[in-house]
Amino acid sequence: MHQSQASSGSAVRSFDEMSGLDGNVRRPYAELAAWLDRQPKGLLKRKQQEADTIFRRLGITFSVYGEANALERLIPFDLVPRIISAAEWRHLERGIEQRVRALNAFLYDIYHRQEIIRAGRIPAELIYRNAAYQPAMIGFEPPLSIYSHIIGIDIVRIGENQFYVLEDNLRTPSGVSYMLENREAMMHLFPELFAHHRIAPVSDYPSLLRRTLAAVAPAACTGDPTIVVMTPGIYNSAFFEHSFLADQMGVELVEGQDLYIDGGYLYMRTTRGRQRVDIIYRRIDDDFLDPLTFRPDSTLGVPGLVDLYRAGRVTIVNAPGTGIADDKAIYAYMPEIIRFYTGQRPILENVPTYRCGIAEEREHVLAHLCDLVVKEVHGSGGYGMLIGPAATRREIETFRRKIEERPDNYIAQPTLALSTCPAFTSAGLAPRHVDLRPFVLVSDRVRLVPGGLTRVALKKGSLVVNSSQGGGTKDTWVLRD
Amino acid sequence: MLGRTASSLFWMSRYMERAENMARLTEAGFRMTLTNGEGHGEEWRSTLQSAGVMDGYVKKHGDRFATATVVDFLLFDADNPSSVRSCLSTARNNARFVRTKITRDMWEAMNSTWLSFEEVKPTEVSHPRLPEFLDWVRERTALFRGALLGTILRDDTYYFSQLGAFIERADNTARIMDVKYFILLPINQPVGGDIDTLQWEMILRAVSAHRAYRHVFDEQYRAASVAEFLILRPEMPRSLRFCYDWLSTSVEGLATHYGERSPSADVIAETRAMLRDSDMQAIFRQGLHEFLCEFVARNNQVTAALSRDYHFG
Repeated sequence: MHQSQASSGSAVRSFDEMSGLDGNVRRPYAELAAWLDRQPKGLLKRKQQEADTIFRRLGITFSVYGEANALERLIPFDLVPRIISAAEWRHLERGIEQRVRALNAFLYDIYHRQEIIRAGRIPAELIYRNAAYQPAMIGFEPPLSIYSHIIGIDIVRIGENQFYVLEDNLRTPSGVSYMLENREAMMHLFPELFAHHRIAPVSDYPSLLRRTLAAVAPAACTGDPTIVVMTPGIYNSAFFEHSFLADQMGVELVEGQDLYIDGGYLYMRTTRGRQRVDIIYRRIDDDFLDPLTFRPDSTLGVPGLVDLYRAGRVTIVNAPGTGIADDKAIYAYMPEIIRFYTGQRPILENVPTYRCGIAEEREHVLAHLCDLVVKEVHGSGGYGMLIGPAATRREIETFRRKIEERPDNYIAQPTLALSTCPAFTSAGLAPRHVDLRPFVLVSDRVRLVPGGLTRVALKKGSLVVNSSQGGGTKDTWVLRD
Repeated sequence: MLGRTASSLFWMSRYMERAENMARLTEAGFRMTLTNGEGHGEEWRSTLQSAGVMDGYVKKHGDRFATATVVDFLLFDADNPSSVRSCLSTARNNARFVRTKITRDMWEAMNSTWLSFEEVKPTEVSHPRLPEFLDWVRERTALFRGALLGTILRDDTYYFSQLGAFIERADNTARIMDVKYFILLPINQPVGGDIDTLQWEMILRAVSAHRAYRHVFDEQYRAASVAEFLILRPEMPRSLRFCYDWLSTSVEGLATHYGERSPSADVIAETRAMLRDSDMQAIFRQGLHEFLCEFVARNNQVTAALSRDYHFG
């Protein structure tokens, strides 16, 4: 889990998803609010302990630095569900579907005729000078022309009808196992709440994932394709999720060392000899996929894999080179990209983004550093970021110099007053800021389970939802009509 | 099943078995120091030798064998690849890789053991608390074994885990006997003397068999009987014979499951036949030490054969 939105909410009044701006309980939360009022003191505390035990026992932990001896930690789970109405979800769903179609069309275009550059809608150097652009993909035709099949779209809310896309994750987005396990835990802890609500289920995600993958079998595959999930190994912070998804889909979990190429096909080593592999859902980065094409020192991948992929013998999901489309510099052009490929107005808004590489926008940013969030174009995990309203004067001056030295490397966005939801804290229920990551599957069609991962900043007033900085997760309910 | 999955199941069980054996060995060694009063050095020296970690110990702590230092090395030292801590950690890392192949009961037994172990402060496990702690380790490994036997499907998952556990157990029994018999017995002490008897008792304690021995032999400890008990007796669950009966059942079960017999089944059958056809006279004629050395080498060949046949990678 990486990426974060941060800013200081001190001066800005946030929209609360349970009680709105005026303190009256909003309709989707009516049942829950009444139920919470009825519960005896101490119940939530007891349930919270029970939940912690469930998660720890199951081993749903993440390791902080991916080192052998790093402490395994639990991502805090908050008991109070986050609720989205059916109408709100329909809006999000339409917007997300539009966005992922545009993103895949954009990827196809920049690896083929590059119409969008010829049309002058985005600058060519944004592509060519970007490390995530993979020359190995130029002119290649992936199955169904889909590049990013498994996508996480990070969404924040700032008002009754205001949703913004904060970031697109088109490489190897994580967190879906938490979405599924959080729901399991909630059904175990509070069965009566499920009896009082009509909540759309999320449990068919693994079978949708499997169908999504099977639909992009390589040309050379006849019959039932063999699918594997590929992990960098048990020390990866998301290893639990990798093994969870393999198990839920009923496929093997492999590392690079389990795979080899022979006679133009990919095989895995099994106890009974070799078995052909057709589709790889890989959870390792492009750089480590194939030492012959990418990083030569990588031991995690399979030498020759990309050649096999280009020959239509195996499908790599997501395709190499999708990272070009979720770059922060590209993000600024998303409204343009959606209009260009769909001919429609974007349904979900982008956060207004200033590109420091452009002189007028830079002037504006430098004049308003105290109010803005400044991010490194290629950074993630909340590193290399300035949160203007929360920063000291010295930090601001440091960033001013950095921006002046390498303007292209930075973008800036206004500080958003992220919505809040009630969370269970040591002082009882209290509003905490949240974001939302729905998980989208794209192949023969777009598939979206109703819900996603809600991350919550458990520290009072904090807008940082990262698990590495005290963020937790919640179950996310999409109500049915 | 992936070859590496088979390998992880094999080593997961092997390290759980080793964790248990380390706890038993430490307990036996500790008891000896209490019984003998003075001259702890020898007991701990032989314990470290039985555990196969003498070189690592001497490298780190030199030629001094204070109880606290040895116990810490055997139980908690991450630099000792066979310490209880290292065994539990390695077992769990293997289990993490096959997390979804093993049952939830097995995983929870393994995982909660590790999480509790991590909370133990080594300094708090001093003399008075040591037996209690070692009991706890044995309980936890028994829980894991119980969860495994009670919940796992009798398919290749089961067979690979059993192969790992019983190869480890056979290795452990053979090494304990070898160290005791070869290193301690012949020097200076009259056979049948007090120290001698204590040594034999310690061997039996290290494999939790001192009471069973009396039921089977109904007499005081004698080298030939103890050796027979631990090598040839099919009813003794830590004897070499028992281990090979079990290995044979497992590898033949695997052959039936896969519909194909592997060369490793022959390697196991050969050693099993050797144990079945031996008697103590022949073993003593060959020399117990020579016999045990040959056995350990054969036992290692089984691991090599399995990893070749089933692509442990």
